[in-house]
Amino acid sequence: MADYIIRNGFVFDPILGINGDIMDVAVKDGKIVDAGDVTKATEIDASGMTVMAAGVDVHAHVAGPKVNVGRNFRPEDKLFSCSPRSGIKRMEAGFSVPTTIRTGYLYARMGFGFSMEAAMPPLYARHTHEEIVDTPIIDQGALPVFGNNWFVLEYIKENEVENTAAYIAWLLAQTKGYGVKCVNPGGTESWGWGMNCETVDDVVPYFDVTPRQIVDGLIAANEMLGLPHCMHVHGNSLGEPGNYGVTLDTLKIAEGHKPNNEFGRESVLHHTHLQFHCYGGESYASKSFESKSKEVMEYVNSTDNITFDLGVVTLDETTTMTADGPFEFHLSHMNNLKWANTDVELETAAGVVPFIYNPKTFIAGAQWAIGLELGLLIKDPMKAYITTDAPNAGPLMRYPRVYKWLMSAKARDDMLDNVLKYGDSVRERCYIGELDREISLYELAMMTRAGPAKTLGLSHMFGSLKAGLEGDVVVYPYNPESDTDDPEKIEYAFGNCNTLLKGGELIVKDGEVVSNGKQKRTFWVNAKTNENPVVERDISEKFKRYYTVTQNNYAVEGHHYVPNPYVIEVDATK
Amino acid sequence: MAKIVTDVVCPFCGTLCDDLEVALDDSGEKILEVYNACAIGATKFLHSQAEDRLTRPRMKQEDGSWKDVTYDEAVEYTAKMLVDAKKPLMYGWSSTSCSAQSIGSELGEEVGACMDNTATVCHGSTLIAVQDVGVPSATLGEIANRADRVVFWGCNPAHAHPRHMSRYSIFPRGFFTGKGSKSRKMVVVDPRKTDTAKMADIHLQLEQGRDYELLSAIRIAIRGEKLPETVAGIPAKTIKEVADTLKSGRFSVIFFGMGVTHSLGKNHNIDIAIAVTRDLNDYTKAAIIPMRGHYNVTGSGQVWGWQFGYPFCLDLSRGFPRYNPGDSSSNDLLIRDEVDAVFTLGSDPGAHFPVGSVKKIAQLPSVCIDPHITPTSAVSKLHVPVAFVGVEVGGCAYRMDNVPIETRKVVEPPEGMLTDEEFLAKVLDRVKKIKGVA
Repeated sequence: MADYIIRNGFVFDPILGINGDIMDVAVKDGKIVDAGDVTKATEIDASGMTVMAAGVDVHAHVAGPKVNVGRNFRPEDKLFSCSPRSGIKRMEAGFSVPTTIRTGYLYARMGFGFSMEAAMPPLYARHTHEEIVDTPIIDQGALPVFGNNWFVLEYIKENEVENTAAYIAWLLAQTKGYGVKCVNPGGTESWGWGMNCETVDDVVPYFDVTPRQIVDGLIAANEMLGLPHCMHVHGNSLGEPGNYGVTLDTLKIAEGHKPNNEFGRESVLHHTHLQFHCYGGESYASKSFESKSKEVMEYVNSTDNITFDLGVVTLDETTTMTADGPFEFHLSHMNNLKWANTDVELETAAGVVPFIYNPKTFIAGAQWAIGLELGLLIKDPMKAYITTDAPNAGPLMRYPRVYKWLMSAKARDDMLDNVLKYGDSVRERCYIGELDREISLYELAMMTRAGPAKTLGLSHMFGSLKAGLEGDVVVYPYNPESDTDDPEKIEYAFGNCNTLLKGGELIVKDGEVVSNGKQKRTFWVNAKTNENPVVERDISEKFKRYYTVTQNNYAVEGHHYVPNPYVIEVDATK
Repeated sequence: MAKIVTDVVCPFCGTLCDDLEVALDDSGEKILEVYNACAIGATKFLHSQAEDRLTRPRMKQEDGSWKDVTYDEAVEYTAKMLVDAKKPLMYGWSSTSCSAQSIGSELGEEVGACMDNTATVCHGSTLIAVQDVGVPSATLGEIANRADRVVFWGCNPAHAHPRHMSRYSIFPRGFFTGKGSKSRKMVVVDPRKTDTAKMADIHLQLEQGRDYELLSAIRIAIRGEKLPETVAGIPAKTIKEVADTLKSGRFSVIFFGMGVTHSLGKNHNIDIAIAVTRDLNDYTKAAIIPMRGHYNVTGSGQVWGWQFGYPFCLDLSRGFPRYNPGDSSSNDLLIRDEVDAVFTLGSDPGAHFPVGSVKKIAQLPSVCIDPHITPTSAVSKLHVPVAFVGVEVGGCAYRMDNVPIETRKVVEPPEGMLTDEEFLAKVLDRVKKIKGVA
């Protein structure tokens, strides 16, 4: 493997405290090394450009059954967005739900090295892994969903945290999953009967347990196991006007829980796409819809054990998809577009609905503003990560546009003055008008690599240019001294990196993808627990009586589905 | 004592039963018996051991006789045929594993093929309808555990998916359906009095081809609006009764088959069937599930979905994926003389395409990859037998509800025999060498 030295770039690395210093970054045998440790290295001239560790995406929907429903049921998403094969590059297609090939190339062009698929239905784990295998270049992991799983509901109802933890460990091993995801806790099981849980105290039909108990129990089990990532929650009442109270109730469940892990993670709860959960008002129809981002952020800023990602609305036509089945049904009634839904036995459900965030409507404008407000109100950017909940609030390829809005007050003012039809109302009923903060490149590096790597428990591999970490380095054609006049340069630069090294391999050279990557890995967590005959018996019983596959046909075997695994071992036997 | 292999997955239909047990002889080479399978599934396993089975490729001579050739010769012919063709059709893909499909996709991409699967003559209209209106659905386990109203529309699982009713839809005692078939009301809509219809609580014996009208009438009845005296030959009273039955259930499901996907109305029938399901969700919980045929036709749509963005009727000839059923679909391409070579794998168009299309296959350079002798192999220039997926080699397949299951290898294939995946990999490798891209 060739060695590389990237010379004279403006380097940003919050872990090392490097803030725009001009220096060299070296990669040897696939890892970062001190610049003096390489001799015959290939030189890359980064003068006048920005150098960072490759990006880490904490939450995106880029592989799995619902993503593929999005692709297959939206031929229109491919209109005007196909790229022919050329050289080593295979065919690419799709805008809001790109093909796996395009997903890999998109991440590479944006300078990312790792992405977490944010919701994997366990019964469909094979599908998720098949797509991951066919996604070139980037390393990936996937979070199985637990918040509506019958085992979890039954154990938590009886307050059996140890059994919950044993079941989680078993399921991670079966599905080759990375951590604990919880979507609309209890609500998606209720959806099995066409119902929902709208607050943390609504009771799940038959199972007689509440979302509050589920979130609390999953956090406790997650910490009992000492998993690298904290419990990852998408709360109840997503997207509902007035839901910020439910959000605060959900966040407060983390009080009293302490992180327990060997990975340097400090949070016990990651709340995803928080933008959708910070709404005031009573309905969309009324004039009362308003931002409550400040109220939520006051709480987040006052705690140490919570992280979140933004979920910024990018004002595009996109494809929403979530394991929040009742939400998608509700959404389909709002826009009367096509609706796909799949309820998954004993485990979860999911829905998919196309959506147009129209800048000519007040609501879409306010949603756009709320997402950005969260990024601008955060005190510690290591706790707030930039996402679009791709493709829910906006397509993956819009990340650089979001950076532009966060980094430039001028760009935001242009949106409010010239693009949004109700920019004045948005200023009035949201906080965006009073925020003149501009996220710096140093803070951007926290919000897109150092922070997400930390909360995923991967800071020993990604998110920094510290010697010994993975050789994932990106050079953006952005000069922090002379390119500050035009916000468009931000969007262009972060969508079209000049150079990407992934694990020491040259993937993007002079802005062109030159390799499909040779060592793409699937990350999963193998948590060892003590033998638990009760859980073993329960699993065996449920498979015999209620699953439609046998227990022996449930596990995702490694050979084809996870051909190049990176297994993180956790010992929870003590 | 016979060796029993358990948890075997049946590679026949979209039901993808995974509880089969296969008894092998002492040597572990011969299948003696297949337990739990339906007659069709059991036969598939036993047929793999037929003594007259082909084990080597064979090429058709000018006089119509067959001559055995080596796999290398077969690879050479196939690769050259695909490279020489301006627009080859690569059809089938429904009876093989996803990994074979994935290599086939790369091959199709390399040679700029039109790629299509058997959905084009079965549930392609369903896929189009889903693109129009979506699809509220569920896994089969949800049906087993929750559904108390089950509709079979234009399908006859008693014969086509023999274990469907016992495993998933009518008889199982699920978590919330503890009384099995007694927990459920069964409605069958079929112009014929099929064996499935005979079991129904209500059989709507509608007039042939009037599915759209009847579905529309049920939709009206669900909303409580006025109906004509009869629709599609069914009295309004009965239609109301069916609508009330569906509305009053806790969980309703509609299973539908080729009786509606390819009768008059085609995708529009499915559009409105989905609309009925969608409407029912305003009152109760409802899902709709297509009765997919081949054991992995669903998987080929999935693989192409994530690689190209479309589930069937792919045209890769311009270097990027295009999709236009009716134009880029196999029969249209063949009838219009638009393709100049035909590659078939994992299906039998010779038995299911219109005779005009089959004649075209017979006239063109053509390769058929199939363990069996079929009408397609009979009209192809080259026939390449391969190992049986799910019997002699494992691999992923997607059930009719899109649940992926790993099929199992039970016995070794005859010595020296290639699998689909191996043969495709060799052809891809050869194509790249011929084109100078390897």
